[in-house]
Amino acid sequence: MNHLVEAFDLLLDAESWSGPGGFGARMLEHLWYTALALIISSAIALPVGLAVGHTGRGRALAVISSGLVRALPTLGLITLAALFVGIGLTAPMIAFVVLAVPSILAGAYAGVESVSPATTDAAKAQGMSGWQVLIKVEIPLGLPLIIGGLRNATLQVVATATLAAYVGAGGLGRQLFLGLRTQDYPLMLAASLAVILLAIILDACFEFSQRLLRRLLGLV
Amino acid sequence: MAIDFQNVTKTYPDGTVAVDDFSLHVPSHTCTVLLGSSGCGKSTLIRMVNRMVDPSSGSILIDDADVATTEPVALRRRIGYVMQDSGLLPHRRVIDNIATVPRLNGESKADAHRRAHELMDIVGLDSALARRYPKQLSGGQQQRVGVARGLAADPNILLMDEPFGAVDPLVRVELQRELQRIQTDLRKTIIFVTHDIDEALTLGDQIVVLKKGGEVAQIGTPENIVEAPANDFVAQFLGLDSARRSLSAAPREGGGWLVSDGRGRPLGVVNAAPDQRSETD
Repeated sequence: MNHLVEAFDLLLDAESWSGPGGFGARMLEHLWYTALALIISSAIALPVGLAVGHTGRGRALAVISSGLVRALPTLGLITLAALFVGIGLTAPMIAFVVLAVPSILAGAYAGVESVSPATTDAAKAQGMSGWQVLIKVEIPLGLPLIIGGLRNATLQVVATATLAAYVGAGGLGRQLFLGLRTQDYPLMLAASLAVILLAIILDACFEFSQRLLRRLLGLV
Repeated sequence: MAIDFQNVTKTYPDGTVAVDDFSLHVPSHTCTVLLGSSGCGKSTLIRMVNRMVDPSSGSILIDDADVATTEPVALRRRIGYVMQDSGLLPHRRVIDNIATVPRLNGESKADAHRRAHELMDIVGLDSALARRYPKQLSGGQQQRVGVARGLAADPNILLMDEPFGAVDPLVRVELQRELQRIQTDLRKTIIFVTHDIDEALTLGDQIVVLKKGGEVAQIGTPENIVEAPANDFVAQFLGLDSARRSLSAAPREGGGWLVSDGRGRPLGVVNAAPDQRSETD
C-alpha cells in the first residue's frame, strides 16, 4: 500500500513531469507512438477492410489472417524485429502495427457489412455508382463500428506501447523499465498508472465521438 | 416512353429459372401492373428495366433502344424506382432523401431542395417533415417519401416494386388513391408490381397475370380480366371462383337491385343496371 501512496506522490509532484525524461515528455512520446501506429495501421487496414465489406470478397481470408496475427506474442515480435532492424522505434512500431491491424480491419468490414442490403440496393437503384454507395452510404452508416475498431486498436496499442522502451525507444515504458531494473516500485507503479490514465482518457474521447456521430447520423 | 420486353429469360447461376421467354409491350403514359404471387419473377422483371438485373437472354427496349447498350448508372438516374419498405437512407433527412437523384445529377443543393419541397407537396407530405429522419415517420409517410424520391428527377418511367406492400390496408388504399391522382397529372409510364389483386384492379390500365417462371397467364384491362378470365389459374387468382366475387343481384322493392356475394351476404344496392335504364325510365 505504501508503494501506491508513493506512486501517487510521484505523479502529483510537478518535478517528476518536467524535463526531457519526465512523465510529461514521456507521455507525449507515448501518445505519438500510439498515433503513428494507428495512422500506419489505418492506412493498411481501412482500405482492405472497406474493400472486403463492400465486395464481400476475401472475407474468409481476412478473418483467418487477422486471427493468426492476433495470436502472435507482441514481445516476441518486437525482439524478432529488433534482430533484423536493430534497436530503436522501427521494431516496436512493426509490432504495434501488427497488433492494431486486425481490430481496424474487423471494424471496417463489419461496419460496411452492418448496412442493410436493402439500403445499399435502394441506393444503387437510385443511380449511385459503386463508389458513391461506399462513400455516401456504407461508410457513414458503418462509421460507429469502423470507429469502434479504431478504439479497440488504440487501447491495445496504448497499453502495449510501453514495450517500445524494451528495445531502446522512449515512451512511458522508460520509467516502467527503469523502475523494474532499479527495483524502484513506486516509479514502476506511477508509470503504469500514467499509462492507465492515458488509456482511459483516449477511450473516453472515442466514446464521446461515437455518441456524437450516432446523433449526427440520426441513428439514435 | 414505351417499354418492350422481348423474349426475356433469366436463369440464376444456381439454375433457378426466374423468367422464361417473357414478352410484353408496356404503352407510354399508362400503368401496367405485374400481378402474381411470390416466386413468379415479377420483381426480376421490373429490375431488368433499370438493369438491377441483366437478362440471360432476350432484350428490354425503352423507346426502341436496348437498355443493355445504356450505362446502368446513367439509366437508373432517369428511371424512378420505388420499393417496398421505402429503401430510404436512414442517415439522411427526408428532404435529402428526396433530393438524392437530382443531387447525383449535379443539381445545386438549393435547387434540389426546392424541387424536393415541391414533391413533398405533390405526394401530400407536410413540409414540416422535411427535417425529420426516415425512422421518425410512419410507414405510410415513408412510402410517400419513397414515391417523392422516385419522381424527383422527373423521370418518364416509374418502376414500383410492391411499394405499398408493407403498410396497413387503410393507408394502402389512401396511397393508391394518391398515386392515381398523381398519375392523372403526370402521366408517367408506370410498371407496378403487386400480389394484391384489388391493388392491381385499382391501378392498372393493363394487368399482366403471371404464373411461376414469369409465364403469362393473361394480359388485359381490369375489365377483361374480371369479365373473361383466360383460364382457371386467373379465375382462381382473382378469387372469381370464390364466394367473394361471384355476385348476384335480386330485384328490390321500389326499383333497383340488391347485390349479394356468393354466401348471400348483402353488399350494396344498384339503383338501376346501366343496360336496363331505358326500361325503368
